[in-house]
Amino acid sequence: MKEIGRYFIFLGNLLTNRESFKTHYKLVVDECILIGIDSIFLFILVSSFMGAVSTVQTAFNLVAPYIPKYVISQVVREMTVLELAPTVMAIIFAGKVGSSMAGNLGTMRITEQIDALEVMGINSINYLVLPKIIASLLMYPMLVVLSGACALLGGYIVGNVTGILSPDEYIYGIRYMFNPFTVTFALIKSFVFAFLVSSISSYKGYYTHGGALEVGISSTKAVTTSVIAILLADYLLAQLLLSPA
Amino acid sequence: MIEIFNISKSFGQKQVLYDISGKFEKGKPNLIIGASGTGKSVLLKCIVELIRPDEGKVFFDNRNFTDASRQEKIEIRREIGMLFQGGALFDSKTVEDNVRFPLDMLANMPRDEKQDRVNLVLNRVGLQGANKKMPSELSGGMRKRVGIARAIVNNPKYLFCDEPNSGLDPQTSIVIDELIRDLTTDYDTTTIVVTHDMNSVMGIGERIMFLHQGRKLWEGSKDDITHSGVKELDDFVFANKVMMAMKEKGQF
Repeated sequence: MKEIGRYFIFLGNLLTNRESFKTHYKLVVDECILIGIDSIFLFILVSSFMGAVSTVQTAFNLVAPYIPKYVISQVVREMTVLELAPTVMAIIFAGKVGSSMAGNLGTMRITEQIDALEVMGINSINYLVLPKIIASLLMYPMLVVLSGACALLGGYIVGNVTGILSPDEYIYGIRYMFNPFTVTFALIKSFVFAFLVSSISSYKGYYTHGGALEVGISSTKAVTTSVIAILLADYLLAQLLLSPA
Repeated sequence: MIEIFNISKSFGQKQVLYDISGKFEKGKPNLIIGASGTGKSVLLKCIVELIRPDEGKVFFDNRNFTDASRQEKIEIRREIGMLFQGGALFDSKTVEDNVRFPLDMLANMPRDEKQDRVNLVLNRVGLQGANKKMPSELSGGMRKRVGIARAIVNNPKYLFCDEPNSGLDPQTSIVIDELIRDLTTDYDTTTIVVTHDMNSVMGIGERIMFLHQGRKLWEGSKDDITHSGVKELDDFVFANKVMMAMKEKGQF
């Protein structure tokens, strides 16, 4: 409970004694490059393979001849939009970006760079952490959209190349009974997960004590705690927004 | 002038500072000395409230820092320059950007003026031409000097130096000590230096506070330190072989 209380105090400090918009603008742009642009290749790679594997495995499980083949791409679409793109990629986001944030802030803490900011009268949480959170909120939803598109493209290519289903069948399945709210739901999840990963990882890094070993421990804890938070939030959001009752 | 009254601090069950009071005067280096682990750096951090003391008060020129509002503390902190043990330079910024950082964040002056000020302080610490170097390219002594340049770029009224000589060779240590002393007298700052280096003590120790196991045991100047009559201080001072040799030759 003490830890949760300290986390909320940490969040409260994000918005007190703020630095100027000009200062934050530059920092946010720098963080967007680190968080977003530098993650594009990994997201394209992982999501393309996820889409491809989903297509092959769904086809493997649909053995009844009376089930039309376009159901395969329909299933892949639902899996991708509802879960793979926002949630599974959030876990990868926590591993790549969250650990980096925690490591970066942890190193700044143990080398007294954070103390140096505080002694100058600068709110180090606002200066260092807010840009990371804003950049995550800006970039992660874009990465999720990119990831969804790549997964569907990966499925399309594999389905076509291996002859599991024709391009027309695949496209038909993708469009069949499409509910646009699933995309809205994925984007809502992406904002929530981006906030959780960036704030939890920053919190873990910011309160690092000790030396290099503790920085490593903080990075690991940042990923573990972020993943748990993602899974809890995933369930809660599904229950709140998708529950038929 | 900085005054501290009855500063105490514990970390869990372990008490690190016991009821420390003292006065740090303007225009001369004030040293806090003692063996490693005796609470010197904790005291320094309690004074600037990087660590909040459990008890006690700190006054900066009669301004109560301990009970000040958040905004008042920020205002006072903007008058402080601090040199950290490892330099605490921002790894991602060049030397010039590190030194200009306090001006960018706190001062309202044209860019050219900032650049002139940065070049001036880099010259002052003997690092002219190192503007574009990254902290990873600097030696320990250079990092300390950049740290000093960053600490003084904003003309601070109060200068704090945490172990400015740690990890440096004796010659570089003397350069850093002389720099701190000259800056203190030239800019008339209230300077507090935490050290356990006897060279520094004998070089710039005009006012000295000796801590032992979290307690203040002695206060005085370098002229009195060799005949303080405090056993713990004698043990500390004469642990240095040069000091011991001088004592044996009857030079104290």
